Amino acid sequence: MPTISSHSLASEQPASPLRSAAALSRPRGQVLLSLLAAGSLLLAGCSGNAQAEADAGAKPQSGGTLKIAYDVDPTCLDGQQQGTNVTLNVTRQITDSLTDQDPETQEIKPWLAESWDVSANAKTFTFQLRDGVTFQDGTDFTSASVKENFEAIQDLGAKASLGQTYLDGLKSITTPDESTVTFEFDKSNAQFLQATSTMSLGFYSSDTLAKSAEERCTGDIVGTGPFTLDSFVHNKAIKLSRFDDYNWPSSIAKHEGPAHLDGIEFSIVPEASVRNGSLLSGQVDVDFSVQSQDEKTLEAQGLGIVSRPNPGVVYNLVPKLTGAIAADKSVRRALVKGIDREQLKSVISEHQAPATSVLAKSTPEYEDVSDLLAYDPEGAKKLLDDAGWKPGENGIREKDGKPLSVTLTYWQDASFLELVQQQLREIGFDLKLEKKSTAEVTALQAEGKEELTFGNLTRADGDVLRNYFGASEQNGNARKPGELDKILARTTSTLDEDERTADFTEAVKVLIDEGYSIPIVELSGVIGTGKDVHDFNYEASSRFQLYDAWLDGEAR
Amino acid sequence: MSLRYLASRLTQGIIVLWIAFTLSFFLLYLLPGDPVITMLGAGGELQNFDPAEVERLRSEFNLDQPLPVQYLLALVAVLRLDFGTSIQTGTPVTEAIASSLPSTIGLAAVALVIALVTGAAIAIGATLTRRPWLRDALAALPGLGVALPTFWVGLMLLQVFSFRFPIFPAIGTGTPTAVILPAVTLAIPLSAIIAQILFRALQNAWIQPYVTTYTASGYSRLRLLLRQALPVAVLPALTMSGVLFGQVLAGSVVVENVFSRQGLGRLAQTAVTGQDIPLVQGIVLFAAAVFVLVNLATDLIYPVLDPRLKAATRNVPADATRTDHEGVRA
Repeated sequence: MPTISSHSLASEQPASPLRSAAALSRPRGQVLLSLLAAGSLLLAGCSGNAQAEADAGAKPQSGGTLKIAYDVDPTCLDGQQQGTNVTLNVTRQITDSLTDQDPETQEIKPWLAESWDVSANAKTFTFQLRDGVTFQDGTDFTSASVKENFEAIQDLGAKASLGQTYLDGLKSITTPDESTVTFEFDKSNAQFLQATSTMSLGFYSSDTLAKSAEERCTGDIVGTGPFTLDSFVHNKAIKLSRFDDYNWPSSIAKHEGPAHLDGIEFSIVPEASVRNGSLLSGQVDVDFSVQSQDEKTLEAQGLGIVSRPNPGVVYNLVPKLTGAIAADKSVRRALVKGIDREQLKSVISEHQAPATSVLAKSTPEYEDVSDLLAYDPEGAKKLLDDAGWKPGENGIREKDGKPLSVTLTYWQDASFLELVQQQLREIGFDLKLEKKSTAEVTALQAEGKEELTFGNLTRADGDVLRNYFGASEQNGNARKPGELDKILARTTSTLDEDERTADFTEAVKVLIDEGYSIPIVELSGVIGTGKDVHDFNYEASSRFQLYDAWLDGEAR
Repeated sequence: MSLRYLASRLTQGIIVLWIAFTLSFFLLYLLPGDPVITMLGAGGELQNFDPAEVERLRSEFNLDQPLPVQYLLALVAVLRLDFGTSIQTGTPVTEAIASSLPSTIGLAAVALVIALVTGAAIAIGATLTRRPWLRDALAALPGLGVALPTFWVGLMLLQVFSFRFPIFPAIGTGTPTAVILPAVTLAIPLSAIIAQILFRALQNAWIQPYVTTYTASGYSRLRLLLRQALPVAVLPALTMSGVLFGQVLAGSVVVENVFSRQGLGRLAQTAVTGQDIPLVQGIVLFAAAVFVLVNLATDLIYPVLDPRLKAATRNVPADATRTDHEGVRA
């Protein structure tokens, strides 16, 4: 069958009788374009990936095994089930998705689907699949594969927490022919198109789907992706090798045919200093988690640092409205005003940035609202004074004999919280920090007694706000449905990116004005790469896309 | 030795296993946290769980039962040699342990060889030398060896012998040489224990009257030590095999993490942090069983090596042996 060039695919799109969403959004005018341009400028500014530009001229070479040092063991390798970075980085190499999201422009582009059509009410999505795609076991990828995969994700239930959110309200999947698949939702679900670009909705062969969830976790998975999974030994290594028949890269990939690398080997190296030493001495090509104190050494030695903020909800404090102190809007507002985000730069990696919204810069619907997050200690103090929180002993405010003191338990590697603690002490708020194990923090949060929680949520779509703050979703605020939910509901029914951006920004303003979210800093993984590693790329949700990656001479 | 003795020792062993099982069971339940929530969250960002699904998984692992019922169910399962599956990874516990074991055994074996050679060399050197300063220096080494944090030693060795001078690989178990640095790291506290005990026992033997007799008849110090004193001194060192085994297990947790090796220690560490109750219990039981067997084997070999003990084991079983060991040890 004829090989379709990925580039011609993209250019054919507008002429296609089915109007793709990407094509739809194109005539929306200059506003969006300039927004995107501004967004990518910002991205370029903070990613600091000089290597990418240098790579532009070099000719990729084939061969070699890319050795990546991970900090933690992915307990499960099935991307349909697990939502952690360490899992999804592996899954992205093994599975493909219906669409791909351009990390620069945030546009949804063709991948295994050549084109698509979305009904005006965003309830019906029809995809035309690409021909000639096979799974790594040789079976054909057809509309039936799409149907059985998405149904399997629904069957996984809570085990596929991300997939459930994406497929929320899915009523039926129909396959009129081998290359057409139609999804019908019982309510508007605009986020679904972006969701089809995620690895959480990647595809496995029928044989893989017949296996139990546990078997798939241990690495018994076969996808359509550029790499096959050879072995997974817990706490040791994950080995992938090139799928030689691969010929259906995403339309935003830089080349065609099989991947450049012979294989990829992930080792689990829990000690940060060992990862750093191994990278410096050339024993690994990539350190997945560079400590900020090691960044300078790596740069001085001429090694690459790759970083991109995780799109989605930034690291933020989420007050639980059922708590005695957090119920007070003045206190929540004082927390927003009492944090000097500029000063936080001194304690975070230079590849990480203070929050300028509830959404990170790399989110498509991001808009800078940093004026709402300005440091205003006097304003914070006045709010607290007016609300009856009077300065007490040691400068901690109190009201009716109760100190203005809240305990925050967290598990993340977030030492900047200590500076936040000092800053809040200035306004008389006592933030008690307790770093605990993930297990303990998760359990405490599940109990629901915590007045303040800390976290983030990664997704390259503004819908993440609905997942995170929606009254019927995660809702860390324990908030009753209200104005915010009306705004968020609006975003589900339109595919117009301008409208969505405006709506999400409105939601962000409510979140900050009500103190439902106290944004702190953006989450950015900082990755160190060896001198011989080229085109080590991120996809839109800031996970690896290694199809185009290559190693030059010596490293192979 | 009589069958009765053996039977009584085995019964003791089973009681030890049962106590280890029970203690670890209740300790794990005292830990704050919920294994099912931990599994579903798995360090990820999304934390909204369908309560119905959480309940279903709870009942799958019997976590919805009252504590005594859970305990009995777990105990019955273990008696039927059903150790369950890891909550985190879904692999059977026995499989998880079996796949981690070879790497740890390899590491422990190399480490023991290094520890025996260096430990014995230090003890013998310190006993033989006539220079007081050298004896003091050698005798101080074990203390130092125990005091050095394994973690730090491992990182230092890596810094020098892998990062600065690329002689050994820093991570993994891929090449045969990969075992050297971790084995040396693990061997340091082991050799310290061996040197300490052997040195003390040699000193004890050295002041016995027969040594004077032999010296007077013209035996060289080295020959005397190797032929006469060492065999006597090895006995108390043998009683320490259990302690050494414990040291190996504890050391492997640190060493396997620093050197990114798969193994039992690493498995134990991830199981505890992930509150993977079946897996932790499996590892505890396995370690306790090996511990019991090592001690049993020691006690069985002991009378063979020291004929004085034969009478003791034949007549009065365990207690007499125990006191006798203590006596020798002191």
